[in-house]
Amino acid sequence: MFPRPIEQSSVAVQRLYKIALPVSLFLWLLPLLGVALTSLRPASDLAQGNYFGIPSYIAFENYWQLMVDSNIPQYMVNSLWVTIPTVIGAIALSCMTGFALAIYKFRSNLVIFFLFVAGNFVPFQILMVPVRDLTYSLGMYNTWYGLALFHIAFQTGFCTLFMRNFIKSLPFELIEAARVEGVAEWRIFWYVVLPLMRPAIAALSVLVFTFIWNDFFWASVLTTSATTQPITAGLSSLNGQWIAQWHLVSAGSVLAALPPVIMFFAMQKHFIAGLTLGAVK
Amino acid sequence: MVHLKQGVLALAAALLVSGSAMAQQRVLKYNADYDPIPLAAMEALIADFEAANPDIDVQLTNFDHEGYKTAIRNFLTTDAPDLANWYAGNRMAPFVTSGQFMDVTDVWEANGLNDALASAAASMTIDGKKWGIPYTYYQWGIYFNRDAYKAAGVEEPKTWDEFVANCEKFAAAGIDCVTTGSKALWPLAGIFDYLSLRTNGYEWHMDLTAGKIAWTDQKVKDVFAQWAKLQPYTTANHAAIDWQDAAALLVQGKAANYVMGNFAVGTFKEGGMTNDNLGFMVFPEITPGLPRAEEAPTDTIHIPAGATNVEDAKKFLAFVASADAQTKLNAALGQLPTNKNSTVAADDPFISAGFESLSNAYALAQFFDRDAPAEMAKAGMEGFQEFLVRPENLDAILERLEKVRAQVY
Amino acid sequence: MSAYWKANQRRLAPWLFLAPGAAMFLVYVIIPIFQSMWISFFDWDGLGKAVWIGTANYVELIDDDSFYTSLKNNVIWLVLYMLAVPLGLFIAIFLNQTVWGMRLYKSLFFFPFVISQVVVGLMFSWFYAPNFGLFYLIIEWATGKGVAILAEPDLVTYGIIAAGLWPQIAYVMILYLTGLNNVAPDQVEAARLDGAKGLKMLWYVVLPQLRPATFIAVVVTVIGALRSFDLVSIMTDGGPFGSSRVLSFFMYEQALSEYGYRMGYGAAIAVVLFAIMMIFISGFIWKMWRDETDR
Repeated sequence: MFPRPIEQSSVAVQRLYKIALPVSLFLWLLPLLGVALTSLRPASDLAQGNYFGIPSYIAFENYWQLMVDSNIPQYMVNSLWVTIPTVIGAIALSCMTGFALAIYKFRSNLVIFFLFVAGNFVPFQILMVPVRDLTYSLGMYNTWYGLALFHIAFQTGFCTLFMRNFIKSLPFELIEAARVEGVAEWRIFWYVVLPLMRPAIAALSVLVFTFIWNDFFWASVLTTSATTQPITAGLSSLNGQWIAQWHLVSAGSVLAALPPVIMFFAMQKHFIAGLTLGAVK
Repeated sequence: MVHLKQGVLALAAALLVSGSAMAQQRVLKYNADYDPIPLAAMEALIADFEAANPDIDVQLTNFDHEGYKTAIRNFLTTDAPDLANWYAGNRMAPFVTSGQFMDVTDVWEANGLNDALASAAASMTIDGKKWGIPYTYYQWGIYFNRDAYKAAGVEEPKTWDEFVANCEKFAAAGIDCVTTGSKALWPLAGIFDYLSLRTNGYEWHMDLTAGKIAWTDQKVKDVFAQWAKLQPYTTANHAAIDWQDAAALLVQGKAANYVMGNFAVGTFKEGGMTNDNLGFMVFPEITPGLPRAEEAPTDTIHIPAGATNVEDAKKFLAFVASADAQTKLNAALGQLPTNKNSTVAADDPFISAGFESLSNAYALAQFFDRDAPAEMAKAGMEGFQEFLVRPENLDAILERLEKVRAQVY
Repeated sequence: MSAYWKANQRRLAPWLFLAPGAAMFLVYVIIPIFQSMWISFFDWDGLGKAVWIGTANYVELIDDDSFYTSLKNNVIWLVLYMLAVPLGLFIAIFLNQTVWGMRLYKSLFFFPFVISQVVVGLMFSWFYAPNFGLFYLIIEWATGKGVAILAEPDLVTYGIIAAGLWPQIAYVMILYLTGLNNVAPDQVEAARLDGAKGLKMLWYVVLPQLRPATFIAVVVTVIGALRSFDLVSIMTDGGPFGSSRVLSFFMYEQALSEYGYRMGYGAAIAVVLFAIMMIFISGFIWKMWRDETDR
């Protein structure tokens, strides 16, 4: 194990380490803590310049105000409308593409695979104008499904890379055996491979959920109104209205961050498994 | 709110007439970009309009002010409402030339608006046709904190030289002579416009924004030479803050003067200022003898070419243009009606001063980012910001703007 | 039909499985790349007719100061973003212990990565805010004079990069934590018996085993650095006077913002950004291709 386990060090070092841990975590999360605390500070405190002192009271009303008086709840719902179909769509498509690229040997296999991988790396800007036009001409501009369709297509690149490598690591004998039995290819996919892909599907679901929930660029390119904008774009435009009202900006930020954070803590193992795929061989 | 009131009205109507008022209402979709105070004022106007026309249901969709400027490009072509807010002058030209706005000359003629809205008529005209209805404008000028003047022991200036000389004393008292928040760039354009109008006059300024004058011209440098006198006394972090943040500095007495539009009065007063300590002055003369032009951005409502309910939209425009509606709306907005038959509140010193200032002005400019084409405006305002942060870069800035001018016009 | 299917299903099946995903990917990703290249030869405001102007957009770009500002900032982003790799490794080593509560510590250190860049940008805007931001106050306390990072043309890019590094370091850290978990203990022990410790051990024994993690860390960091749109847009909108622009933001600004709507010019910027990205992408793909075909 590297580095040497701390238990083998002197008591002084161990103690130092145990102090250093919380201190470094505190410093690391300082901006986050500041914002979280500001979100609970009454507006009157900020107006009087009490930014870091003891708040005069805990102002849950900031959150209440957002939930009742702002478009935040609508934005959150919009985000779900984009995010959930994207997760389902991208995973459904990539299960199939991943299966095709992992199981079958055909000449253009690697070329297609690397096209998916490379497409996944391109800068969004090179796609922006044509995708906006396409979405517009399909009559899907400023709709949740217009945005979701693009996300599904783009995420298929990353998901294919993931699924293909995952399926490749499954024992190929299972498929051989099924073929000998004369099982049709689509039944192999459905009954043999798919059940084994549960961990991959779980990992990708949380990852794609987080990516799409946090997407800002495409949200601002493909949606414009409060009835369709996801939370990221919504928060950005609310930020334009709430100048100098940091208690609201902070509370809005906390609300926007909440779903992916919950997702992360609930599905931590899958999340990290997905993110670190390929980090070990 | 609109819908709530609407609902109450409709309910009352339904009870009284015992008909199905709701079902027969025609919808009028209106996209706008109001800040909270103007929003309430417009909602009141809409309620009046709906009361007068119970068969019309105005559905107002309000956007974030900055985001709206991008959103309008999209919704005009994809999901056109029946009415949309925009601005007069060069700013509406792209939509007019690309056929996104509807010609509303007939509304002007049918309602005698060419006479009633004469002051704003020129800025609503392109190719001899009218493309929208102005509902409000407001003056720009210098707002100042009398308490800050007292604290620094400074008299209100009568001339530009006195204004500049005062800055020294403010600095000694630890007060910013001039404050502004340039994060969104545009507040600086107000300062530039006034310096330009006062140094070289209205015609020259309009030629400059129309691209007829080189940015490397000596007269442009003259304008910046005046600005350079204020530069060291301007709030240092202006590039990091928004205009509202700078307004707070004025309110707190940390700054003395603010070149701003009259819409800021609401913000100053919310911060605790009153008619007693908030002052307004017309921007002082710089080059002696130049006729006095003022900055008066005009806000407008248009009918998009893709509107579905044109007939009711025109009805709404005529209503907004009427003297009574403008009197009431602008009283709530704290701005000036464009209809000359409207009245303004005599008890508001800022409104009275603005009315006085604008009605006696030699000419009215819209605003730098409305008089100049979008690209030039953006480059220009970035140049102003750079000049304020790095005055020594002036020559490089002007060269760059000249390059943009060659590209744009 | 049925007989043909039976005989050929293994040859046809992959194409049927590929079809929906590949079609979507083709329509939304591959083809638009070429369309953008095509549009970059036009003058088009998105409303009227597009006019063919040949290479004029590129000629203008070469003479545009904003382009060079963006390019320079992109280089700064790339170089400084790379700090995420050693810093992430450092934190991973720091946290790779088994004391009580370690799992929670690791999760909390990773936390910033899960949050949207929009939120990260807002947090750091607050952190840097003049007069009351925590960072401003710390600097004021230390030097007597606060610095409004986001208003300083020479510092603003560094301020934004610092905000970007925060989640990026967290990402790299988690890659290395997973990597460290899989370092072969026997090799480490053997090296320890040979007297290797500390940096020597890290360099000669541990890092070679972490190579896959390093590769991914470098890939995601490069991509992240070149995609840096969200933070610039949220924190400064490219300002002050355009000094924090990067190519990705500059492109959006030209093609789709209040003062822009020059689709052709924007597309030309995108093509340049794409060309830069292609250098890296080719490198990554070449390495991955080699790994694939070696097996």
